[in-house]
Amino acid sequence: MAVLLDAASRIVIQGMGAAGQREASVSRAFGTQVVCGVTPGRGGQELADVPVRNTVREAVDEFGADVSLIFVPAPFAADAIAEAAAAAVSVAICITEGIPTLDMVRVRRYLRGSATRLIGPNCPGVMSPGERARAGIMPPDVYLPGNVGVISRSGTLVYETVDQLTSLGIGQSTSIGVGGDPIIGTTQREALELFEADAETAAVVLIGEIGGTAEQEAADYVRGMSKPVVAFIAGATAPPGRRMGHAGAIIAGRAGTAAAKQQALREAGAAVVESPAEIGATMQGVLHERGLL
Amino acid sequence: MKLHEYQAKAVLAARGVPVPVGRVVRTPADARAVAGELAGPVVVKAQAHTGGRGRGGGVRLAATAGEAEEAASAILGMQLVTEQTGPGGLPVDSVLVEEQIEIAREIYVGVVIDNAVGMPVVIGSAAGGMEIEQLAEEPPEQIHRAPIDPTLGFMPYQARQLAFALGLDGELLRPAVALLEALAHTFLEADCSLVEINPLVVTTDGRLLAADAKLSVDDNADFRQQALFEERDRAQEDRLEVEAQDAGIQNYVKLGGSIGCLVNGAGLAMATMDAIQYAGGEPANFLDIGTANSADAVTAALRLIGSDADVRAVLVNIFGGLARTDVIAEGVVRAKQMGLIPQPTIVRLAGTNVADGRRILDEAGVDVVRAEGFAEGARLAVEAAARGAG
Repeated sequence: MAVLLDAASRIVIQGMGAAGQREASVSRAFGTQVVCGVTPGRGGQELADVPVRNTVREAVDEFGADVSLIFVPAPFAADAIAEAAAAAVSVAICITEGIPTLDMVRVRRYLRGSATRLIGPNCPGVMSPGERARAGIMPPDVYLPGNVGVISRSGTLVYETVDQLTSLGIGQSTSIGVGGDPIIGTTQREALELFEADAETAAVVLIGEIGGTAEQEAADYVRGMSKPVVAFIAGATAPPGRRMGHAGAIIAGRAGTAAAKQQALREAGAAVVESPAEIGATMQGVLHERGLL
Repeated sequence: MKLHEYQAKAVLAARGVPVPVGRVVRTPADARAVAGELAGPVVVKAQAHTGGRGRGGGVRLAATAGEAEEAASAILGMQLVTEQTGPGGLPVDSVLVEEQIEIAREIYVGVVIDNAVGMPVVIGSAAGGMEIEQLAEEPPEQIHRAPIDPTLGFMPYQARQLAFALGLDGELLRPAVALLEALAHTFLEADCSLVEINPLVVTTDGRLLAADAKLSVDDNADFRQQALFEERDRAQEDRLEVEAQDAGIQNYVKLGGSIGCLVNGAGLAMATMDAIQYAGGEPANFLDIGTANSADAVTAALRLIGSDADVRAVLVNIFGGLARTDVIAEGVVRAKQMGLIPQPTIVRLAGTNVADGRRILDEAGVDVVRAEGFAEGARLAVEAAARGAG
């Protein structure tokens, strides 16, 4: 078991351009069931050894796809997410960066009450190494099957965290990149809820960033969790008012600072790491303390 | 992307928001002419992308056309320094000359994205004149909020509720509702990330006027807001940041320290800045190269970092996912060979194609230090920068 993605997941890739084709091949080589690609107008072709259809509806009906992985360019990405939800896949994972915020406002409202859970956008995707299930752009080599869940707003910090854990012999159940945009489908708090309910996850790493209040909302949930949480907040040294790459990473008001987020998480009982190089080692210590290692 | 006050007012006025009569000018003589046309006391306001312009000496009152000319010549050409700009300030090459207005009350109204509810929210406060950051610290009962549900839009009842809460009743109710609706429409139609009328003034003769306005457009919407993006004033932006954008590097922010950073991914880039500070140094910049899989993009980024006079050491920190570390390594080697980064250079590579990346660095015979983890990379960069400064 893992969360969101397991060995039975059947993936459709929306947007079979260069990135979509490349990641289809990497995921297949890893052992993931990439069953179909969708690019309107190229239905009936094969790209990167994957059959292509014109619509997500066809991918679901014909190939039993239940997870969509979206690489569609930003101006058209909101439409792609809506199409995935209309075809009722259980999870839609949007890698695309740079979607206009007001497009995401409309999409998130549309998804309310829908059967589809959105991960991202502007995220590296979801990976369950023990299930050989990869829906995203992460390097598979750094992963090790195990029982630590990883949640991060940043993609590269997922890899960094996983790498630190793996090099200490600590494996991962699932990593979830929730995305760096201000409006995302699944919040850090909701990702924590998934791991808390997962029998095979024993502990969680939460990688937050400056900007917004999502880490404070996650902290509210950490307080009542049975599983230990190790947290790091990127951007402690960022100046206020400047957007640090991610549209969501901008300090506006006191709540958005790293210090405020660290304090909220610490008060909720998380082990808060100050140096990003100490994430793995801190988790090792926490697992030892709890007798989980 | 931020607009100037005069541009923001034009966008709002086009949708029916009442603004003071005035015009933007670039010379003292034109300021005199506009003041003459207005035939009364005027205010001369520096156009620069910062709040607190008045306290910085960028806003002056003038009773006559002659005084307006004097005020404009004092303001035009200045570097306007405020609490928001940093010590260098911002250049001022235009001023807005407007009629003076008689103020009875000042109110704050604006629209921002509320991440928590995932919708834009119209905000109003009877405490006008405050910056939104200060406003956020006020007791919640002082701040009135109305979310804009995308399925309905901003509803008239919400505008009425907000108007009553702000004390805009009686004769002011109708114009207040119209103004709030125009504000919400502006936000939605112009793909704003912020629009603000602050202060919204009730004049002594009972009219509503947008005395000052701020408007920022979502950078991700540039493809459908071309007319607004043509109004961009790049003189208000940092020179190195403009060069970065011209070189195709979207995510570059100039900072105050001495260690230049090239990183892939915004989160890792922030964490690298944190690690540098944890090791006792200060980053010279934030730079997220993203997934740019071309050695040219890496070389261009390193040229930018190398040309920054504050940089004493360079730290390259890459964890390849979509980005390939062999391509990054080629770019670093080329930048070294071309002399673009004479500073001591520390490179940490991990992830996709890392064996190739390390081999390229080792075989090229260029003067770079390879680090294993990024804590080690940060420590080596801080030490190198300290040697360079000494």
